[in-house]
Amino acid sequence: MIEIRDVTKSYGSSAVVDRVSMTLPAGGLTSIIGPNGAGKSTLLSIVSRLMPMDGGQVLVDGLDVSTTAGDVLARRLSIMRQDNHITARLSVRDLVSFGRYPYSKGRLTADDVEHIARSITYVGLGAFEHRFLDELSGGQRQRAFIAMVLCQDTDYMLFDEPLNNLDMKHAVETMKLLRRLADDFGKTVVVVLHDINFASTYSDRIVAMRDGRLAFEGTPEDMIEPARLQAIFDVDCRVHAVGDTRLVNYFE
Amino acid sequence: MATSRPRKAIHRSTGARKDRTMKSLLIAVPVILLLAVVSVLTGVGSLASGLDGGRGWLLIVESRVPRTLALMLAGTGLAVAGTIMQMLARNRFVEPSTAGTAESAALGMLMTMIFAPTLPVAGKMAVAALTALAGTALFLKILRQIPLRSVLMVPLVGIMLGGVISAVTTFVAYRYDMMQSMGTWMSGDFSGVLRGRYELLWIAFALTLIAYVTAARFTVIGMGEDIARNVGLDYNKVVTLGLCIVSMVTATVVATVGMVPFLGLIVPNIISLVVGDNLRRTLPLIAATGAGLVLACDIVGRMIIAPYEIPVGTVMGVIGSVVFLYLLLSRRTHAS
Repeated sequence: MIEIRDVTKSYGSSAVVDRVSMTLPAGGLTSIIGPNGAGKSTLLSIVSRLMPMDGGQVLVDGLDVSTTAGDVLARRLSIMRQDNHITARLSVRDLVSFGRYPYSKGRLTADDVEHIARSITYVGLGAFEHRFLDELSGGQRQRAFIAMVLCQDTDYMLFDEPLNNLDMKHAVETMKLLRRLADDFGKTVVVVLHDINFASTYSDRIVAMRDGRLAFEGTPEDMIEPARLQAIFDVDCRVHAVGDTRLVNYFE
Repeated sequence: MATSRPRKAIHRSTGARKDRTMKSLLIAVPVILLLAVVSVLTGVGSLASGLDGGRGWLLIVESRVPRTLALMLAGTGLAVAGTIMQMLARNRFVEPSTAGTAESAALGMLMTMIFAPTLPVAGKMAVAALTALAGTALFLKILRQIPLRSVLMVPLVGIMLGGVISAVTTFVAYRYDMMQSMGTWMSGDFSGVLRGRYELLWIAFALTLIAYVTAARFTVIGMGEDIARNVGLDYNKVVTLGLCIVSMVTATVVATVGMVPFLGLIVPNIISLVVGDNLRRTLPLIAATGAGLVLACDIVGRMIIAPYEIPVGTVMGVIGSVVFLYLLLSRRTHAS
């Protein structure tokens, strides 16, 4: 369980995250949605201790992220950011192997090697494991970073806009992969998403933020509803039920 | 999986990188040993006059071998320092001579010459290491303030910072009539190396070993602050360790033989292109190549206008600037 209590972060006089409190239960896939500048990515960075908070507290299974040792937390919670520009020129295998760093500090055990091979196969990059990252397409690179998070094998996995810059095929593949992390491995997956229809189709829970505050939270059935979406995004839209999923038409 | 082919497949082979690194190392080591032998045999004095205790033997023990060792130690240290610097600054085009490190070390040396001229060389070196540390830390601090970090902006900032520090040093050196000393610090010259005058360079070698033991950490740093924190690395601690290694290596080299520019830039870049940047694996190759390149440049410098010499720093400056330009112009996707 991730408990977020009164978390605040401001730049100058404007609060980007404004006294947000919520509880993310263990298991399942939670999407965080909201307009640009709502504070979604900032909140995710704070939860994963990449960014210090100005006030409040975040507990991951009772561990305070501000005070818990880095490597202890790294075995509980991992995050994949959106801009993964890395200077070091690494092969897919090298990159994924650093997911084991919290456990082995760079000296890989037989167990680590097995984790690495399994993660690479799981994201379908087996044939590319010796390629350098700069020799891969955008979709493949994205999957390599997901494999690294997978290899880190934490109970909580956070993804900040993982579908950015992906075409339809790769976006769907990535989303299915995240869904399987929750279904097959019982991971708690938290994803910041821009595409409301991906959120509707793949989430167990949706959290909506606006102006740095928590606006609404609930199941896709509660959340994907014209009045709520209007309140979150300021956009008129219609909701269509297609089979079990609700799709939002905000184009016209 | 039917994904689009990458634009530029530099290595089509999917053979293990580990093998490639081992192979490269197996080629590099004999080449370096050969260069070392050539280096020992190169010189004005004749070795023929009795190797058993005669003048030739004296020449080898007192001058030739120390010089060759000094070259290898300095080359190893600077190549590794350059690599670490590039991971810390997250930029391919920095090294101690494009980040203000060498200039700061020279400033430190000048200060000791003025205020504590009787200090032994080791003491002077320690002061130079401190000023180098301060200068490099300042460089990284400035980098953090630049919001949009373009690839070329980073070395430019470093060269400008170095220029400012160098101007201060020159001004002071001019006032105290020490311009000549300054020249010896900033331009690597191994012609004065004798037994008893280069041994401090073993400190640089010890630091290289420390860098090897902690190599994985620097690779993680090169993956960026977010990823480093994500896998639980104490980011600031590792950056501090890296800064200390880079500053001390630079200071030992500046204090003993003088700065060899561009070395820390060329070697890591070439090795990165061939075998990548997983430092735990590639650092021995980087160290070996650094030693080999300095040896080669020194041999060339001794042969071109024999019996006179061109300092290795000058030879490296010429070769280095050409390779630097090549790297800038043929920038691969990974550098941008």
